[in-house]
Amino acid sequence: MEIFWYITIAIVLAMFFILDGYDFGAGIIHLFFAKTEKDKEVIAKSAGLFWDSNEVWLVAGGGMLFMAFPTFYASVFSGFYLPLIIVLWLIMLRAIGLEFRSQFKFQMWKDIWDSSFGVSSLLLALFFGIALGNIIRGVNLGGVESGVSLYESQYFFLPLWDSSFSPLCESPGVIDWFTIIIGFISVVTLAMHGANWIILKTNSSINNKLKTVVFRLNIVLSILTVISLYAWQMINPAALNNFTEQPLFILFPLLYFTGVIGLYFVKKIKNDLYPFLLSSLLVLGGITSSLASLFPVILPSTNDINGALTIYNTTTNSYGLSVALNWGIVGLILVVVYFIIQKRMMSGKIDNMDYGH
Amino acid sequence: MEDMILYDRLQFAFTITFHYIFPQLTMGLSLIIVYFKGNFLRTQLDKYNVAAKFLMKIFAVNFTMGVITGIPMEFQFGTNWAKFSELTGSIIGQTLAMEGLFSFFLESSFLVLFIFGEKLMGQKLHFLTALLVFLGSWASGYFILATNAWMQHPVGYEILDNGKFVLENFSALFSNPWLLPAFLHNQMASLVTSSFVVASIGAFYILSKSHIEYGKLFLSTGVFFGVISSFLVAFPTGDWNAKNVAKYQPAAFAAMEGIFETEHAGAEIVLIGQPNMVEKKLDNKIAVPNVLSFLTYQDWNKQISGMDNFTEEQLPTNVPGLYYSYHIMVGLGTIFIAVMSLAFFFLWRKKLYYMKPLLWTIMVLAPFAYIANITGWYVAELGRQPYLVYGLLYTSDGISPTVSSGNTLFTLLGFIGLYFLLGILFLILVGKTIYKGPIAQNH
Repeated sequence: MEIFWYITIAIVLAMFFILDGYDFGAGIIHLFFAKTEKDKEVIAKSAGLFWDSNEVWLVAGGGMLFMAFPTFYASVFSGFYLPLIIVLWLIMLRAIGLEFRSQFKFQMWKDIWDSSFGVSSLLLALFFGIALGNIIRGVNLGGVESGVSLYESQYFFLPLWDSSFSPLCESPGVIDWFTIIIGFISVVTLAMHGANWIILKTNSSINNKLKTVVFRLNIVLSILTVISLYAWQMINPAALNNFTEQPLFILFPLLYFTGVIGLYFVKKIKNDLYPFLLSSLLVLGGITSSLASLFPVILPSTNDINGALTIYNTTTNSYGLSVALNWGIVGLILVVVYFIIQKRMMSGKIDNMDYGH
Repeated sequence: MEDMILYDRLQFAFTITFHYIFPQLTMGLSLIIVYFKGNFLRTQLDKYNVAAKFLMKIFAVNFTMGVITGIPMEFQFGTNWAKFSELTGSIIGQTLAMEGLFSFFLESSFLVLFIFGEKLMGQKLHFLTALLVFLGSWASGYFILATNAWMQHPVGYEILDNGKFVLENFSALFSNPWLLPAFLHNQMASLVTSSFVVASIGAFYILSKSHIEYGKLFLSTGVFFGVISSFLVAFPTGDWNAKNVAKYQPAAFAAMEGIFETEHAGAEIVLIGQPNMVEKKLDNKIAVPNVLSFLTYQDWNKQISGMDNFTEEQLPTNVPGLYYSYHIMVGLGTIFIAVMSLAFFFLWRKKLYYMKPLLWTIMVLAPFAYIANITGWYVAELGRQPYLVYGLLYTSDGISPTVSSGNTLFTLLGFIGLYFLLGILFLILVGKTIYKGPIAQNH
């Protein structure tokens, strides 16, 4: 039962990163590559039409996490207090940027909301990557200082950074050199994903240029991936053991590498949907590989005193989980139906659509 | 420790108060939009369609604000109230996750389709999208009220040895006697806000002599929904809720009514007065004898426990705050009934559009509908104190054990700054939409 909810929540959160990921990515591309007003407008629109229905996946995933793994929810949300609240602020600033940029015609007004949209998107991509890095690296559960736990073993509190910026110190902060590498991977991945979305959904004048951008970013991503794997081995020699013990898990990194390899051919691919699907594989593969490497742990401990949080020691009673299964399945089917309806009605290029206004 | 609880509570109170500005409009407004869209299908008169689409513009702005101020609410359960989440997540996680799955997806998917899909899908399907948006927003209210009802009157749970509340009976969460009255009261209150907003947009157009045709349509529709909802919010739904409070939270009931001393021969109803917590009495009191006993128990002489019957620990922590919230809500509610009834009478006599003072009154009252809604929630939440889960879990035992007060103050200040900006932008955007009027929206 725990495993069912774990997989469901992982899928919902992966959907969030695939869907909201493309609008974060569109923001990054918007920030660095959109030059003409027409391109800026259409790129903002390609994100602006969908961001709120995409963010619903985060809310739904959060709600299910709360229900199925309340101890994990409580521990992680309070432990990552500052970065999470900053993420909330960025989500707001990004949304205002998207919703307000086209409300008035002055250049100054558009410029400020464009940068709000672009910069927040970039920082969100970075922060979400850093968050993933923290989950992989683990935290100082129980707040152990010189062998003594300051809190109950499931709680912790992370400062934004430790002055050493090292993942190997006694109580690493949110930002250290390892999590920053994962953060960069996230930014690059989502930038590619966003570029593919723009190519798919718009006729912007930079579409051809974006294919080159995706190609080059893919080289950067390949290098970063190798560095991160090396760094990961360095801070945790047992990091990849799950993949040798559970051969099936190799499927997840395979998804990721299919994405990477496929995107080297981005300029040759004629159908604009395929690059987008390939970068979706990147996001999906990246997240699922990270989770699979930990399973059944969901938050490792960096000290020897308090054990890691797993799906078994953070969950609730089986009655709650099984009753939720009934409505959960109905709910998820409905969600898929809405999703298909929406995607069918809103298919095609954004700039060709006639919205009747 | 005291600081931590204070800042955690202030941050939650501030962010939820700001957040609730938006859903209270969207829940009621979606019903009025369905009404307009339905009228269009029935009569084929274009003005109803224009009105529906114009109101959906305002709805969309509010919906966006509701989404971005709503995500922090869900997050704060974990960030600031970790212990509460850990102990009760098995139960309130159910209703909160259901809200995400059953209402947000519905609302957000079909809102986009309503706004952008009219030409693609034809009028009947377009009406259907409006209906689904309405259903989504009311479902959202329902699940939130179910969550809150459990905190007010916990049911269907079992407490384990480690102090955790786990779900024992799922359907009990929805047959909770607290839920239905609270939900209906809340939805009617939300309809009051929307009615006043729609009527006041109408009054604004008539008074400023622009878009007069739509001004009359909005005013008459707003008054029509307003007169119904302002009655229903008091009787039976408000009355029903008050009886629930008297039954399940008698200490909160005594505090909100301002009853310091138990009167054995029937309790008076306080109209005006200021709680004096030192001398334990109301200053400058105006009260009507025995009415409260009658309203609560239909018996003029029934005894009602005053605050003297409860220990300090049982009483709400902020008695004056609770008392004022309740009296502001009830006072405003009474004014709304009076104004809407008058307006409805003159609408029927076909004189309303020419009665400037009444139009001004309606226009000026719109913000007060928001105040009544929010103070209503304060009654519920302050009345529940000092507990998070009534009678079972103290507020002070629910906060995050590892987050320091300095960090919470930092984020509280950040929210205040950011919401100030959001508030200004929201007003600019809604103001602009109203100023441009319904026609410009439909070229």
